[in-house]
Amino acid sequence: MTPDLADTGLWALLIAPLTEFGFMRRALVGCVALSLSCAPVGVFLLLRRMSLTGDAMAHAILPGAAIGYLLAGLSLPAMTLGGIVAGLLVAVGAGLVARSTVLREDASLAAFYLLSLALGVLIISTRGSSVDLLHVLFGTVLALNDAALTLLVGIAIVTLLALAVMYRALVLECLDPQFLRSVSRLSPVAHYGFLGLLVINLVAGFHALGTLMAVGIMVLPAATARLWVRSVPALMALAAALSLVAGVAGLLVSYHADWPTSPTIVLGLGAAYLVSLVVGRHGAWRGGQHGRRRHLRA
Amino acid sequence: MAAPTIALHDVTLGYDGHPAVHHLSGRIAAGTLLAVVGPNGAGKSTLIKALAGLLRPIGGRIDGLAGQRVAYLPQQASLESGFPILVGEFAAMGLWHETGAFGGFSAAQRERVRAALAAVGLQGHARQPLDTLSGGQLQRTLFARMMLQDADVLLLDEPFSAIDQRTTADLLQLLRHWHAAGKTVLAVLHDLHQVRDAFPETLMLAREPVGWGPTDAVLTPANLQRLRAMPEAFDDRAPVCEAAPPATNVPQAQGHAQGHAHGNAHDHVHGHAHAAAAHPSSTNAGQAKPLPQGPREPRP
Repeated sequence: MTPDLADTGLWALLIAPLTEFGFMRRALVGCVALSLSCAPVGVFLLLRRMSLTGDAMAHAILPGAAIGYLLAGLSLPAMTLGGIVAGLLVAVGAGLVARSTVLREDASLAAFYLLSLALGVLIISTRGSSVDLLHVLFGTVLALNDAALTLLVGIAIVTLLALAVMYRALVLECLDPQFLRSVSRLSPVAHYGFLGLLVINLVAGFHALGTLMAVGIMVLPAATARLWVRSVPALMALAAALSLVAGVAGLLVSYHADWPTSPTIVLGLGAAYLVSLVVGRHGAWRGGQHGRRRHLRA
Repeated sequence: MAAPTIALHDVTLGYDGHPAVHHLSGRIAAGTLLAVVGPNGAGKSTLIKALAGLLRPIGGRIDGLAGQRVAYLPQQASLESGFPILVGEFAAMGLWHETGAFGGFSAAQRERVRAALAAVGLQGHARQPLDTLSGGQLQRTLFARMMLQDADVLLLDEPFSAIDQRTTADLLQLLRHWHAAGKTVLAVLHDLHQVRDAFPETLMLAREPVGWGPTDAVLTPANLQRLRAMPEAFDDRAPVCEAAPPATNVPQAQGHAQGHAHGNAHDHVHGHAHAAAAHPSSTNAGQAKPLPQGPREPRP
């Protein structure tokens, strides 16, 4: 870049924070990785009407991370592994209960995640300090070390590859699961494979944004994109772009205003969602009863 | 090579131990065009689901489906409403057996999808979002998808319930075309005129099989009268069923050996000859057998 550009206020405002400081550069890479993997997963959550399942699963991984912390302190592998194991246990347990008892998946999932969450809170509040609690709840996107960054990027790569491989089965599993079961045996693979992707992405999101905010970067971009476009690939692209923009904007705003980063990112996504609700092509104003006062001949 | 005969051996299907289809035995020769009729709750959909492999029998067994490609059109497609997909993309899922989960679509395959949509009267709808179709158009899209599945056995559960007369006639023609191509077609229907017009064979169910054979021999006033006698509610206090009342389109079905002996006869007449004649057993199949009353006791 030319020096005179570097002197301008715009540069100082938008670019310099992200290039000058190592922690900001890492946060930027983390945000890119999260956006590329969490947003497409969020699109399928939305299409499967599982947005709240995502929230429940985010709470379910808490005790796993807490037990990992208990055993090994603030260790990335231990907390990651713990979170993944707890998330998968709750997902598979809820699925098994739904298939073998009268309880539907929502009830069994609620039961399992509440158990899991209570356990997590108990462990953290008896054994950890409030600083740890804040770390788990709100993440540390500004303090990502090399290992955490590698994890985020690795999870993003695995997620994108898995989505590419499972794409058609996943679409059918959302749209017409009975048909998928009649033509192939991939239905359980698609279902549990997707839950697995959900869990690893929540764990990734939890390292950067914390358990409470991790779902935000999945659900909000997908819901916002749905207000604008109608095809699955377009939804995934727009959702990823939205969370990318919100991630960068959130980093900059939190840097300049000295706000906590992850709520800032999620609030940015929330603002996009609220605006799209009104002005989106399929939003309340243009897509609803008010839109299209004139109709076509055929 | 002739596709195998589907054989039902004393099949009982049900939910929570209550039979929805009770002790059904019989054979569906390859190439049969069979209508399944009966009142609500008679077990028609349950039978179709079991043949589609979505429901395991609680008694008896179903043979002859292994290795055959089965296509199933449910009474109410469990489609996620509002899913963003185009009609053409949706119908193209019928080519799953060719493309699998990963393969792309060749130009020839795209052309077949277009042709299938045209065959059900939906030319020009391929680029339309699926959720903008009417109920009848959606049903026709499902027919197009089924067409692309190119299955050996086609199971249709009340396929015409939401469809206008003109389209029904077209789709019935499609069923006849499948029949002529040697495919085994089972359809649950309520319109007995349709059954008489288009279906050489009929299975009449009232939980127990009432009649099975040539349509004219099954759709008799006496049999229709007996359908009305079917108790619709499950009885939690009903005693456990011990007996196995035989009801079949195969004579002396108690002896499976005899059933197999007839296998050859099925083979060389399968397909185009009218299936009514295909069954050596059809002469007695339509006769009204007394509904087995034994195990079910009258309520006090």
